[in-house]
Amino acid sequence: MAKVLMKGNEAIGEAAIRAGCLNYFAYPITPQSEVAEYLAKRMPEVGGVFLQGESEVAVGYMIFGAAGCGERVMTTSSSPGISLMSEALSYIAAAQCPAVFVNIMRGGPGLGGILPSQGDYFQAVKGGGHGDYHLLVFAPDGVQEAVEMTMNAFTLAEKYRGPVMILGDGMIGQMMEPVEFPDNLKSEPSNKDAWATSGMDKRKSDKRNLVRSLFLDPTELNANNLALKAKYVQMKKEEILYEGYNTDLDYKVLIVSYGTMSRVCKTSIDMMKEEGIEVGLLRPRTLFPFPEEAIFKAATRESCKAVISIEMSMGQMVEDVERCVRGQRKVDFYGECGGDIPTPEKIIEVVKGLL
Amino acid sequence: MGKTFSKPEAMSSNMTHYCPGCTHGIVHRLVAEAIDELGIRGRTVGIAPVGCAVLCYNYFDFDFQEAAHGRAPAMATGIKRVRPDLIVFTYQGDGDLASIGMGEIIHAANRGEKFTTIFINNAIYGMTGGQMAPTTMPGQRATTAPTGRDTELTGMPIRMANLLKELVTPGYITRQAVLNPKQINKAKKAIKKAFEYQVANKCFSFVEVISTCPTNWGLTPLDALKWAEDTLLPYYELGDYKIPE
Repeated sequence: MAKVLMKGNEAIGEAAIRAGCLNYFAYPITPQSEVAEYLAKRMPEVGGVFLQGESEVAVGYMIFGAAGCGERVMTTSSSPGISLMSEALSYIAAAQCPAVFVNIMRGGPGLGGILPSQGDYFQAVKGGGHGDYHLLVFAPDGVQEAVEMTMNAFTLAEKYRGPVMILGDGMIGQMMEPVEFPDNLKSEPSNKDAWATSGMDKRKSDKRNLVRSLFLDPTELNANNLALKAKYVQMKKEEILYEGYNTDLDYKVLIVSYGTMSRVCKTSIDMMKEEGIEVGLLRPRTLFPFPEEAIFKAATRESCKAVISIEMSMGQMVEDVERCVRGQRKVDFYGECGGDIPTPEKIIEVVKGLL
Repeated sequence: MGKTFSKPEAMSSNMTHYCPGCTHGIVHRLVAEAIDELGIRGRTVGIAPVGCAVLCYNYFDFDFQEAAHGRAPAMATGIKRVRPDLIVFTYQGDGDLASIGMGEIIHAANRGEKFTTIFINNAIYGMTGGQMAPTTMPGQRATTAPTGRDTELTGMPIRMANLLKELVTPGYITRQAVLNPKQINKAKKAIKKAFEYQVANKCFSFVEVISTCPTNWGLTPLDALKWAEDTLLPYYELGDYKIPE
């Protein structure tokens, strides 16, 4: 299929349809409202469901209900909205239902601002809602990757029977890039007869299904949490994605950066290369599971003297980078999160300061 | 002589955990009878609330989902929109529906979502141990209103059926009670009618049921029935509040 020029938010909406998701619930919030506007038009064209809920709280449970009865479903929001959906995320994880959540991050905390940010790393990766659960978190660095990750998210949500998050930012949502929708990322929905509340008639079964998160018996609750943990262990084995950039050379500094920020870092690396300074970049493409071993290996390359996490935040992923480096190198941090994205020149200045 | 009476197919054989004199069991049975009579058990999905009825799925025998506190109407919306062929109902108490879930119920009703809500109004929080509900009567004692509900501080009890009937969107809104056999028979008819409207894909349907909570009211089951008759029914008037054209 030929490439088309699309805005990130619209491309994410189209990606859901192309992946076979015909159910979308959302509440408007800048900078991702174009997803809802796009799907308000597109879903009726393809016989799908579009509904604007009364709040992100309600939308979270519309997603839960639809996922619980076994249908593919997606919502999109931005940081403050994801906070409101985090209650439902905890329930959906506990009840083991597949669903796709997209967070087009804006600045926070509070109302913050509407410009791009990566301030929701902790929220996405460490929880957000209550209890022991994780989301499978993908971090695209542009419109094409956002499309591919969104399409693939439905398959993985079903593989793990749990919520998957696409963690983008306002830049990815708002910018236009050439994009194509790979047919091979469309998948058939999995058979959900074993657990979904799809109606006994439809399943031709006299056994009813329950979708729940309450386990008053401590043994039962522990068993559910162990089942969730087993999934997270499997994700760590099978789903870690990352990209190395300029990492086959003897670099002195390793940058760890993801999403929009990593693209600026690549520009800086190219500019420093012209000056004869080699800098490597390790870009996590999944934030949970996190590329722990890849970062350790890249950081402990003999030529590498320093590691720096560069983020559009006040320092969140850096805590995981430090954990992965296990004290073998000094780990620095640089970040801005008011909505101004650090420039290539600023990154070069920071990196040179480490040499 | 053959078997002349049995439990509805839509009910399970489990013993309920409800307190003596609690009317949840009666309402469960009415719901199950209506589902049996309409032959919809195989395509029904119930939504359990948070409150005493959180485990109500143990007493029914068809698909069920369990919501967070107050969110049942949003979950029902999600199910009904993506699977309009399913029959969906929420079963909610007054803390769940009229307090924390006020936003969800109003908007679901106003969108005219084609599901059914069974709303148990017993003027108190049951499961958490007798705290004040939005439906608690003036002067009624609760653990968080130890000297009785002070309406100067907390306003007047919310009448959900009256509130929902004001929405312009068509719907079936009724208030029933289960304090005596006559009322129970009427409530049964209303619950069945609510499901019939859904089967016909007609409108949102809402059955408020005035119920008792002897344990948290500090009354015997019989005194609780009398107190509900004398105190709740004059304020929460029974009857159909809205019928779709």
